[in-house]
Amino acid sequence: MSWWLVILLAFGAYGSKVLGVVVLGERQLPPVLQRCLLLIPAALLGALIAKDTFTTVQDFSIDARLAGLIVAIGATWKKVPLVLVIALGVGSTALVRALA
Amino acid sequence: MTLRKSIPADVRPIISSALVISVAVGVFAVSFGVVSVASGASVMQTCALSLFVFTGASQFSAVSVIAAGGSVASALGGALLLAARNGVYGLSLAPTLRGSLGKQLLAAHFVIDETTALASAHEDMRLRRWAFWACGISLYTFWNIGTLIGALIGNSIDPKTFGLDAAFPVVFTAMIVPHLRTRNGRRAALFGAVAAVALAPFLPVGLPILIATFGILFGVSPDQSEVEPT
Repeated sequence: MSWWLVILLAFGAYGSKVLGVVVLGERQLPPVLQRCLLLIPAALLGALIAKDTFTTVQDFSIDARLAGLIVAIGATWKKVPLVLVIALGVGSTALVRALA
Repeated sequence: MTLRKSIPADVRPIISSALVISVAVGVFAVSFGVVSVASGASVMQTCALSLFVFTGASQFSAVSVIAAGGSVASALGGALLLAARNGVYGLSLAPTLRGSLGKQLLAAHFVIDETTALASAHEDMRLRRWAFWACGISLYTFWNIGTLIGALIGNSIDPKTFGLDAAFPVVFTAMIVPHLRTRNGRRAALFGAVAAVALAPFLPVGLPILIATFGILFGVSPDQSEVEPT
């Protein structure tokens, strides 16, 4: 991995934190803008989940990762502790892969 | 027990919950360390991400795009968009974090989902400040120790045998839950998921993720089911 990614991401991530706390401070953003910005994690995490489950590079692919996702959704639904969600998700992918 | 007695009684539960959250987040950090190294980052780079970026979703997202074969630019783009929400949190925390410029610049580094949620849970300014700093300092400590442990583990195992490529969707699933409490959040997530898969064959890796960001436009219309962001 390139060090540029690490360095630029570090500056960018800290920059947006400083922008909020120090530069803009106690000013109010327009409500529409605020609502939209707070939806970023939903849109991006949704996209990342789909990408990491159903694609390999640029191709569609359904494989053992889907088993991990389904188990993780079930475990999250049942409010299982985080450690177990990760262990169960990763473990079921490994299991399906070993059996297949 | 002298330390315990020197902490005001109303602050003790705040510190306990900050510690509980930090331990849970430390587990996330271990998984981040493992998948980051498995995706081609060095142990040093992995630790540098946690020390200097310190916002989990962005770190996982950058590593996930690189792991899938995406470019530095697309990995950076998605990660920075995710980091932008910390700017919004910063605005809402600014009254809590009044002080000298140096203190504000230090506080800014700790402005993330968990510190915002914990601080916002209190009305009283003094308790808000305690919650922010207790959560920030303990979480930063656990996040970085966990990352180092994970990176060292990841260095010595074969990721696919242990199903670790599934760690990305699994971790993102756990992370997305609080963002699905509103109807607009669910719409944006669904839009993002469909866009990411549908556009994958036609665009370079990482770009569909950026296009998925248009899902935030669901926020243009107010949401009746809106709840406090956490």
